[in-house]
Amino acid sequence: MMTLADFFRPENYPLRVVVLGCGALGLVSGALGAFAVLRKQSLLGDAISHAALPGVALAFLLTQTKEPVFLLTGAALASWLGTLLVMVIVRYTRIKYDAALGVMLSVFFGVGLVVLTYIQNHSTKANQAGLRNFLFGQAGTLLLSDVIVIVELAALVLLVLALFWKEFKLLSFDPDYAATLGYPIQLLDVLLTTLLVIAIVTGLQAVGAVLMSALIIAPAAAARQWTDRLGVMVVLAGLFGATAGVAGGLLGDLLSVPPVALPTGPLVVLCVSAIVIFSLLLAPNRGLVWNGLREMARRRQLQLEAILDHLYQLSLQHESLDHGHPFAVVRSMAVGQGNVLRSLKELEARGWARRTGPSMWAITEAGLEEARRRRIVRQQE
Amino acid sequence: MSLLDLEVQAILVVTASACALPGVFLVLRRLALMSDAISHSILFGIVLAFFITRDLSSPLLIGGAALAGIVTVLLVEGLHRTRLVKEDAAIGLVFPVLFCIGVLLISGFLRGVHLDENCVLLGKPEFAPFNRLVIGGEATASAEHADHGHVMPTRGGIDLGPKSLWVMGIILIINLTFILLFYKELKLATFDASLAAALGFAPWLLHYGLMVLVSITAVGAFETVGSILVVALMIVPPATAYLLTDRLAWMIGFSALLAALCGVLGYWLAHPRMLDTCISGSMATVAGAMFSLVLLFAPQRGVLAVLRRRQQQRWDFAQLMLAIHLFNHEKTADAERENRIDHLQEHLNWDPRFARRVVRRAERRGLIRLEEEGMLRLTTPGRAAAEQALQLQ
Repeated sequence: MMTLADFFRPENYPLRVVVLGCGALGLVSGALGAFAVLRKQSLLGDAISHAALPGVALAFLLTQTKEPVFLLTGAALASWLGTLLVMVIVRYTRIKYDAALGVMLSVFFGVGLVVLTYIQNHSTKANQAGLRNFLFGQAGTLLLSDVIVIVELAALVLLVLALFWKEFKLLSFDPDYAATLGYPIQLLDVLLTTLLVIAIVTGLQAVGAVLMSALIIAPAAAARQWTDRLGVMVVLAGLFGATAGVAGGLLGDLLSVPPVALPTGPLVVLCVSAIVIFSLLLAPNRGLVWNGLREMARRRQLQLEAILDHLYQLSLQHESLDHGHPFAVVRSMAVGQGNVLRSLKELEARGWARRTGPSMWAITEAGLEEARRRRIVRQQE
Repeated sequence: MSLLDLEVQAILVVTASACALPGVFLVLRRLALMSDAISHSILFGIVLAFFITRDLSSPLLIGGAALAGIVTVLLVEGLHRTRLVKEDAAIGLVFPVLFCIGVLLISGFLRGVHLDENCVLLGKPEFAPFNRLVIGGEATASAEHADHGHVMPTRGGIDLGPKSLWVMGIILIINLTFILLFYKELKLATFDASLAAALGFAPWLLHYGLMVLVSITAVGAFETVGSILVVALMIVPPATAYLLTDRLAWMIGFSALLAALCGVLGYWLAHPRMLDTCISGSMATVAGAMFSLVLLFAPQRGVLAVLRRRQQQRWDFAQLMLAIHLFNHEKTADAERENRIDHLQEHLNWDPRFARRVVRRAERRGLIRLEEEGMLRLTTPGRAAAEQALQLQ
């Protein structure tokens, strides 16, 4: 097991670089993802990351180098063009957003494949590894220079996000209102999407096209469960993303015992998905577990009330409250209303019902009052 | 054109049309990206099934993959139904997880097995004809013979053609049968789900039926063309057809036709004599080119037609505004001042150039007359148009 001291040993320098890179990436994609998820553009990330392929391939074809700057620029241009096309398709035709994304994603990716295979068949410099890296990333081999680029771009993106905070917030929640206030919403839309493109393209070399979308959606979806405030959500999403990035980077190192080498990208995604599952289940208020418990308590309450009401109805048939009613009678009245005996015992504990003999039950004075009170409440509702 | 060329093209055409059929309903029902999710999750199903059978040619693999597709749909819908996340986010949360587990299982436990993610994503249609369906006997052909450009003879038995042609052919027939049998129900459930439910049809049953079809089709097709192209073939031809027609039956027909065309054109674009590149990618490229052409030039729904129509509406509206303005002021005291071309700028907030062009168009249509000193007079048809717009008639 690795301790903190081990982590900072000189020979773990490459690992620290990887962890730092993944963390920065998670931070920025989480923060931007919050906006994408709120604007129902979750899958835009998926489309953007696939659309980058032809850009990468064409940049390589034209420059004949694997210099990250050229490849990243190509990727960003292609993704950006693709996103713009989606906007045009949705604006001018009746094709819906999801189909437009699907068209863009698959066609751009297809074109990318054509160019890439063309390069592989006609050039000696490229090798098969190129595509694999694009699809699945190679976080494990990140260099300090790569990480510096990631951190710089992350800082830039977060800075712009902070500068246009108010505008982006308005754009996400009420674009029509923003338009009436005179904000250039289309420009803002393009700016926010450009930030997303930058974040995704920087992430491509680390986690790859297929998984980048998860890094956009998952932290934001998890953060959404914990808060109703945009600021808190963005910060939380960034933190979740960074945590997953760091954890995935460390896991990749811990679990990879030669000759088995587990890719870092999928591990990061699994970590962030674990955070999502935890949040969905246990986040205060919205969590499924709390919801389930609340639901159970409510059902229990309704069952109790029903049984009490049946006893009340029975008591009306007789002069005296001492007149007991067989359990079988109560049960036949309460079909489908849960465990009748359990409810009766609960009523007895509250002093609203009592046993008048073996398997004989009657309502008490207090129970009578309670049943009447609840009838009135129900009528008022 | 050799027999091999023909066989690959036949496989591609059948695969493409088989994908396009359920794709029509995905596009119409706003489920387009479900195909993306399903085609990725397939990897997970295949890997799990492989752990059980340890045999890459086992039919259980297809079963596992189809099951994974259905599990994806159920998970997405379950997640969506909690109302904690929106539907698009639910899709984006589910399939990466399944896909990642698949990738990790492969890289962790299946090193050296010939099952790699590239193959799942890209497919190898050019090798499909070498996997032949033979009754009694054993096929001798293998991928190594691809360079010879012809199909190797089999040792004994009857050669029934490429296996994937049979698989995709059967899937095509299943899809076609489903759509023909439930055409009316599908149509109703797609365009008016609540009416369908009210009339006693079960929209959810059709929905899951459709999803099962999508899963099976994706599984069958990814082997030959790869999972990304499955998305392209399911979405792009129907989206193209959607811009060409308003009738469901025509849309289905167009989609299948366009998809088949993608198969043939894509094959020749990728041919060693042309670009010498991967077939699945070039099919998607052709599909994209078709889509772009239709997107721009489609008669009613194309971008150019829409722009022209909007422009036309803008001029029509401006001419009508002009006619109404003239109508309101004619025979009043200030008509001399109001009904002049240089006054439009002030009253209607038009810039002078725009005002001159509107006047010229309205004059050409015979709505108004331009008289000396820039005075504007309504003609009889112009007055009628204004009255009709103001509902005075």
